[in-house]
Amino acid sequence: MITLSVNGRDHQIDADPATPLLYVLRDDLHLNAAKFGCGLGQCGSCMVLADGLPVVSCVTPVVALEGRRIRTVEGLGGADDPGPVQRAFIDEQAAQCGYCIPGFIISAQALLERTPSPSDAEIRTALKPNLCRCGTHIRILRAVRRAADAMRTSVAANPGGEGGQ
Amino acid sequence: MRIPRIVGGAVALAVLGAAGFTAIAWRSGIEPIDPPASASFDPVQVAEGARLAAIGNCMQCHTAPDGKPFAGGYPLKTPFGTIFGTNITPDPETGIGSWSEAAFQRAMAEGVDRAGSHLYPGFPYDHFTKVTERDNRALYAFLMTREPVAADAPPNQLPWPLTFRPLLAGWKLLFLETGEFRPDPSKPEDWNRGAYLVEGLSHCGACHTPRNALGAEEKDKSFGGGESDGWHAPALNQASTAPVPWTKDSLYSYLRTGVSADHAVASGPMAPVVRNLSRVPDTDVQAIATYVADRMGAREAPADPPTPAAEAPRQPEGRAATIYRGACATCHDANGPLQFASPVGLDRATSLAQPDPRNAIQVILHGVETPDAKAAPLMPGFANALTNAQVADLAAYLRTRFTGQPVWDDLEAEVGRARTGDSSE
Amino acid sequence: MKHSKGSPPELSRRAFLGGGALLVGFTLMPGRLLAQAPREAKGGGDVGLPKALGADPALESWIRIDADGAITVFTGKAELGQGIRTALIQVAAEELSVTPADITLVTADTGRTPNESFTAGSQSMQESGTAILHAAAQVRAILLGLAAERLGLPAERLTIANAAVTAPGGGSLGFGELVADGGLREATARPGTALKPVADYTVIGQGVRRIDIPAKVTGGPAYVQDLRLPGMVHARVVRPPSPSARLRGVDTGEVERMPGVVGVHRDGDYLAVVAEREWQAITASRALASAAVWDERPSLPDENDIFDTLLGLRSEDTVIHDRRLAGTGAAGGGRRLSAEFRRGYQIHGSIGPSCAVGLFEDGGMTVWSHAQGMFPLRAALVEMLGLPEDRVRCIHVEGSGCYGHNGADDAGADAALLARAFPGRPVRVQWMREDEHAWEPFGPAMVSRASGSVGRDGGIADLTYEVWSNAHSTRPGGAGALMPAWHLAQPFEPDPPKPIPQPAGGGDRNAIPLYAIPNARIVHHFLPEMPLRVSALRGLGAYMNVFSLESFMDELAREAGTDPVEFRLRHLDDPRARDVVTLAAERFGWSAARLPSGHGRGFGFARYKNLAAYCAVAVEVMVARETGATRLLRAVAAIDSGQAVNPDGIRNQTEGGIIQSASWTLMERARFDRTRVTSLDWSGYPILRFDQVPESVDVHVIDRPGSPFLGTGEAAQGPTAGAIANAVADATGARLRELPLTSDRVKAAIGV
Ligand code: FES
Ligand code: FES
Repeated sequence: MITLSVNGRDHQIDADPATPLLYVLRDDLHLNAAKFGCGLGQCGSCMVLADGLPVVSCVTPVVALEGRRIRTVEGLGGADDPGPVQRAFIDEQAAQCGYCIPGFIISAQALLERTPSPSDAEIRTALKPNLCRCGTHIRILRAVRRAADAMRTSVAANPGGEGGQ
Repeated sequence: MRIPRIVGGAVALAVLGAAGFTAIAWRSGIEPIDPPASASFDPVQVAEGARLAAIGNCMQCHTAPDGKPFAGGYPLKTPFGTIFGTNITPDPETGIGSWSEAAFQRAMAEGVDRAGSHLYPGFPYDHFTKVTERDNRALYAFLMTREPVAADAPPNQLPWPLTFRPLLAGWKLLFLETGEFRPDPSKPEDWNRGAYLVEGLSHCGACHTPRNALGAEEKDKSFGGGESDGWHAPALNQASTAPVPWTKDSLYSYLRTGVSADHAVASGPMAPVVRNLSRVPDTDVQAIATYVADRMGAREAPADPPTPAAEAPRQPEGRAATIYRGACATCHDANGPLQFASPVGLDRATSLAQPDPRNAIQVILHGVETPDAKAAPLMPGFANALTNAQVADLAAYLRTRFTGQPVWDDLEAEVGRARTGDSSE
Repeated sequence: MKHSKGSPPELSRRAFLGGGALLVGFTLMPGRLLAQAPREAKGGGDVGLPKALGADPALESWIRIDADGAITVFTGKAELGQGIRTALIQVAAEELSVTPADITLVTADTGRTPNESFTAGSQSMQESGTAILHAAAQVRAILLGLAAERLGLPAERLTIANAAVTAPGGGSLGFGELVADGGLREATARPGTALKPVADYTVIGQGVRRIDIPAKVTGGPAYVQDLRLPGMVHARVVRPPSPSARLRGVDTGEVERMPGVVGVHRDGDYLAVVAEREWQAITASRALASAAVWDERPSLPDENDIFDTLLGLRSEDTVIHDRRLAGTGAAGGGRRLSAEFRRGYQIHGSIGPSCAVGLFEDGGMTVWSHAQGMFPLRAALVEMLGLPEDRVRCIHVEGSGCYGHNGADDAGADAALLARAFPGRPVRVQWMREDEHAWEPFGPAMVSRASGSVGRDGGIADLTYEVWSNAHSTRPGGAGALMPAWHLAQPFEPDPPKPIPQPAGGGDRNAIPLYAIPNARIVHHFLPEMPLRVSALRGLGAYMNVFSLESFMDELAREAGTDPVEFRLRHLDDPRARDVVTLAAERFGWSAARLPSGHGRGFGFARYKNLAAYCAVAVEVMVARETGATRLLRAVAAIDSGQAVNPDGIRNQTEGGIIQSASWTLMERARFDRTRVTSLDWSGYPILRFDQVPESVDVHVIDRPGSPFLGTGEAAQGPTAGAIANAVADATGARLRELPLTSDRVKAAIGV
């Protein structure tokens, strides 16, 4: 049994401890946002946050994540109450097939939690691990900039409040 | 650890400098010229210069990350501080546009700039001095026909008194042996060609030879293994610990393609070297491989590869072994998904067999990047996924499982240093 | 007068006749044009209806209104990430005068929706959109009629809004009430129903937000990969290591004893393992892969002379365009220019590898799949499984963007084979990354040759263009189109490939330039033999042909000493073509002014298939002389898709098309040795990453209210490639004619 903290809740996982987190999220916890894209750590579709840092869950075994705070896109907000990054992606209509988008949201969230006012170059570097085949990149860039603005404004309006979750 | 060495070095240099200063510190300037027109250079010579510049890996240290080629600004980290590669485009103000060919020849041969100042040996003139006048002429032709870019390199970040350049005269007195390469008539031609390139323009020893407290290569340990940018530059002599001994052919394939299936994928500071070599004639890469293979004492035929490591022991699986199964086995196990694409087997990876754990740690933390988006292995870094203790455990596990050698010391601290980039010592 | 638009009628008629079954899915004219110019629709449909509606004229096949007022719209097309759900809902909402939120849309499902064959060729709006528009107009008329009867008022005095029909006095009847006793039942589409006047549109033409995005950005179930059926098990197929490999033997004992393994399935060279959990299936499939012993032989061509190999294959040659204007022969022409263009194999590279779920229960097979055609997939599965058609149902569930015929159909076949082998349990088959990279059908390698001259008047005097290509569609079809069926003990053979006839064309798609050229001869050399498996990749031959022709246009413009945009306009009579060219040039700031050194600008234009959207693209690139690395800095496009249903959707598709085409054009090439495909992952086959993404991509949509919907999704691929090649030539002075324009090739072309 492995205890995993996902989106603020502890889960007892009964699986081979070598199982990459991705399959535990999808099969045991029935979460959909983290996607299988390559299983090789090359595309970013499966990204989640571990203690605020982006991690490719397809090659990260659950045993390594005990005691870490894992957040997935589900933990950032739902369709009815999207978080600031999710809202920015909706507002910019930043998706075509959308398959890659949760991974981008994670990269963006991690970036903006560390760097509230990123430069374009910083955004591009932060998003480099993620692939999008539909070519939604320009909208994704816009969405990240919009999210940065929104998160700064909300922090300014509500000092001490935490951006994101 | 670093600080005392730097201070010690600085003091020693200061003493030497005082002596050297009176002797040879002062060098005359060479008259500036108007930048010669590109058309005044022979295209054949320019093309030759391009190949030589690739062999010299010039672009690497003279181009800032994301900067214009040859316009300077690359931060070269040394134990003494950071030196920034200078602008060597033919811009007359900020580059070498006002340098005559004689000034260029002198810089290569003696490490002195046009105005007469001593250059830091981060510019490896201890090697470039071996380059022939003819090749320097071609390099000059190549550089003077680049696009001029006005760009000042940032000032070097060095502690006093190292900012006082005349001190370098003392350093040169001790460590610089000037003069063109002399072939060894008893050796075949391609060996001599390789030796000329490796010892001269390619300046392989600048990374692969250990340096003394004053930052000079230890001549008696030539090719004994050195360092570059937080990476260990493995030994290229008989001290090599590669599980499958290198041969001329495997060196050639490594230098030509960046991959030797029995050894390594060119990563870290070696990746740009290989990228540059892709523009070099095959015969030169062959020659380099010939010479290095000889230095390594390579046998003619490849040795039998080591028998693949035994299955992981059947004891209760340790945490590192579990991490290996979930994170690494996907690509590195013999039956991993890319089994048909022959990645480097860990049982023969040079990084695991080295006495120094840094390369293994670097790769685990930061992965292997595809250089220039060309096809090459692309491995994700695990810096965010694993804690320092986990990386250390994993490195230890890989070392034991795949090489059978004793585990490296002080691994967790070493991981911490690699993570913060503070790994030059 | 329109020059060289499409091909001469006699040729296209021949093409019609020769096309056979392949015509399915590649209709030739926009739907609304058909409505205006009736012709007989096959399949017993009515005269004068849009083709899809004519083929299935029962209105309830398209639109159902329940007694509680719920509105369901059915389309035989599928959402492939192009935003089609939203656009089709907009169309229905517009004609029914309801809000988009009132409508539930059901997409391709052989059990529920009309048969609209494939979702391909950028035709969903032309076909399904037009059908739904007409069906909704008829439903609207019926609703008004029913209300008129009940209220005792003439229909003209009633207004329809907010899902209700309202009388002038204020009395109002909801749609649900109106149809409660079967008002729509048995109603059949009839030609001639009036459509809502375009001027009254309130939903069509609006950038309505995509209905699918909120779920996709918050982790709602959205893809076939997200299906979780009770009792579902996970399968992995162990594919042969190379196309010609045969399974000599495999000891499955150890794998069968692995934790969670439900069973190993072997049928000839077909090998798979099914397990309770996904990771168990993956680890078991690796063990199975290393237990399998294969016989391989070198059956692939030499990658290094693939183009000579192609040129050496037997070809079926068709002159698809031959025009000679008396008195303006090549004699007037100046120097003759000739050029050969090449394109290597490229892959679809969907970010989510193919996936499907199958369930075989009570003698019936259900397959959930993200393939482009549920009805064609069903036909292929029926043949492969030997089941009656009514025992097989295929349901479309979204996958990640496919951009053509990728592994989706094959994954559907895997799911069917394994569901049959493990009846009663839903079987989810997920391809691994390397499966998709190695086994999806590639976009074909192609060669083209152009030659031409400029006349004394500064215009093109003559042009010859020839293109050599394999088939661009090997879709199902029969079971032989399903790759897994090749490996069975009783294998199915693929049907002989056929060319797609003009005017849409396959390898020769857009081989006939839209430009007015007095003398032009265009030849398609169709190569039936496929050295590697290939099929439809976004744009089909248009990508290569537009790249070649637009590159050559610049060469001719240079010869004429004329600005490339000016030169194009000089040869364009179609005002809509002129409009996109002019607009793109203007918004780009096209000029002859010098750019910084290493920068170049380039232009490309085509009307997709010569009958879908018009698209012009202007780009600026930067080429690093020392490395040859080319970066697309900015792109400006103008697109005319006819009546723009959702302008933001059109922009999104076009931006994506430009970026994807830039990736193809600058870096993509599938690799292989004599035995195996070697580009198995994102390092062996790199695609554009964020550091190479342009600074900006601006798409300007020209709306044409009241004119037919024109397919958009593939329109940018060719013009972008042409524009990039032209910009590289402008930046470096070197003309590169082989795709992709990798840094090595650029560097080699520009020298030191
Ligand atoms: S699925 Fe994890 S990086 Fe691609
Ligand atoms: S939106 Fe489809 S892969 Fe990014």
